[in-house]
Amino acid sequence: MLPIEQFPVLVVAISLLSAITILLAGGISKKSGFFISLATITFQFILSLFILRHVLTVGTIHYWLGGWRPPWGIEYVVDVLNAYVLIIVLFLSLLAAIYSKRSVEQEIEARKLPTFYTLFQLLVTGLAGVVVTGDMFNLYVFLEIASLAGYALIAAAGGRALRASYNYLILGALGICFYLLAIGFLYSVTGTLNMADLRVLLPALYANKAVQTAFVFAFIGLGIKCAIFPLHTWQPDAYTYAPSAISVIISTAMAKASIYALIRVIFSVFTVDFIILFAPIFKIICWMAAIAMIFGSILAIAQFDLKRMLAYSSIANVGYIMLGVGLSTSTTFGLTPALMHLLNHALMKGCLFMAACAFIYKAGLWDIRGFVGLGRKMPYTCFAFLLAALSMIGLPPSVGFVTKLYLILAALEAGEYIFVAVIFFSTLLMIVYFWHVVELMYIRVEEGGEKEIRVAEAPMSMVIPGLVLAVLCFIVGIIWLIGTPLPMMEAINSGFGLGVVVP
Amino acid sequence: MSAEKKYGRDVVIETIARLMIPFIQLYGLYVMMGTEGAGGGFQGGTIIAASFVLYVTAFGITSGRKKFPESWNAAFKCLGVYLYAGIGLLCIIFSLGVAEYLNYAAVPLSNIIGQADTRALMIADVVEIGIGMTVMAAFVSLFFDLAWKEESVKEEEGGAEE
Repeated sequence: MLPIEQFPVLVVAISLLSAITILLAGGISKKSGFFISLATITFQFILSLFILRHVLTVGTIHYWLGGWRPPWGIEYVVDVLNAYVLIIVLFLSLLAAIYSKRSVEQEIEARKLPTFYTLFQLLVTGLAGVVVTGDMFNLYVFLEIASLAGYALIAAAGGRALRASYNYLILGALGICFYLLAIGFLYSVTGTLNMADLRVLLPALYANKAVQTAFVFAFIGLGIKCAIFPLHTWQPDAYTYAPSAISVIISTAMAKASIYALIRVIFSVFTVDFIILFAPIFKIICWMAAIAMIFGSILAIAQFDLKRMLAYSSIANVGYIMLGVGLSTSTTFGLTPALMHLLNHALMKGCLFMAACAFIYKAGLWDIRGFVGLGRKMPYTCFAFLLAALSMIGLPPSVGFVTKLYLILAALEAGEYIFVAVIFFSTLLMIVYFWHVVELMYIRVEEGGEKEIRVAEAPMSMVIPGLVLAVLCFIVGIIWLIGTPLPMMEAINSGFGLGVVVP
Repeated sequence: MSAEKKYGRDVVIETIARLMIPFIQLYGLYVMMGTEGAGGGFQGGTIIAASFVLYVTAFGITSGRKKFPESWNAAFKCLGVYLYAGIGLLCIIFSLGVAEYLNYAAVPLSNIIGQADTRALMIADVVEIGIGMTVMAAFVSLFFDLAWKEESVKEEEGGAEE
């Protein structure tokens, strides 16, 4: 076995060991948690880069835990999709960890810091585990580790966050129960939990009612976790009232890992054939996504609270991803637009949340009506926000533009002209709410004329991650347009049997 | 006034508890690792945690906390996970990256007592002790969290000193 093939398990195991080390080290120094967490996530991120390189050059990694053969033992499978999502998750976790340094000092009591970082590291462990595993039940376990850590971390802010976290807890528990029921049904008819094995055994049982019910349960369960449109009700409160760094990580890394789990279950376990023949839901997904794109954007316009506005904007953007999933079978693009937006949305929303939380950290500004003159007071943070907002609206060559371009091309190819109109309309709505903020920041003059404003920028550890993401929004957009990662996307599509249109 | 002082101490309950607790803990250890084969770590840990609950019931919550402070609790929780995850990692290290994580056949003991026995020892005993420790510490800390608030007792202690 090559040493590099050990990396998928190391990403999870070292993170777990580090989580408890933080708890022990907390007895000696309260502030050590941040440094241990940062070092671990950096290490994990480097491992994930090696994993991607190995997967692209050599091939899929199959790792048998404990040396037990797959249908009996747990198997970790890392193919191109896993490696791609793993990098997104760990990169955003890394930036959120850097960002947490100063913001957490303000929001969390010093004596709670070790526990906070233990939970933070457990959240990262869970997310990394969700992404590398090739076993249905193991996916459930890791999703539950991540979610439980997430509930506690959201509640760490206290006050209104407690109610938000409780709502999330109830809905998240419902979702995970649905998913567990789905696993139970699949296990009862096939006797296996391994994803690759299920994929082989299921086709003979597609007509079985238990399998069809399992699909519906898994879809709804994971749909709650991803905040797909009608199942999104926990999401705005949770994103709004969570501590800053946690808003960043759950709105990017955690949301993306859940969507990855959904895509994996739909395309890898049940396969496209099953859905086309027995559960024609792609049309429904498209329409749900279209409603989400408009509904989320309209509600975002109605918000004065910036974090809440971004949370509703996230609902709209999950709609974009799901539209990509819904159109995947009827175009030659396959899942490419959806997977693109997985990365793109993580970059943009990470940057926007970082900026929004920096405003709260430095000036205590939740409400956008207080933003007048902020562009001169916090120039770098506002610049990062401006870049990400322009990218969200879709200024070429940003990532938002690339997503919209590919989605429109996909919709045109599928002959679904109505969705082209929906994308344009939703973009128009995005201009309204983002430009409103930008106008207040930069253009609007305070009543009583211009005043002398002192520059009061947020700390460097909060500004730099935001600026990095803002610049990446444009660099990654150019990389997409050049087309370097497109062979990777084609490899994913062909693995799922997508990208070829059956007339 | 705390509940303990109001009701006083009861000789019968204290004596019975003194007699029972060692046996409960021994039984917990037996469930954890007494039989051959995997499993029992969770149940054994729960039984040992139950003995702490009995101790608190008999001797009062303040002396219970003194016997088993929160720092010990955290240490036990971590130690259990270290045992489980650490031995898995040791498998990779001892085999120089050849064996998989948690592949106990790679632990060096297998040269002495054979691969099958090493696996059995690790799965049935060492890992079960790790699970038991973490479960025990988690249950005890849950019990204390539900029963009692740290601040309120500090005040009581302060009052007693006066």
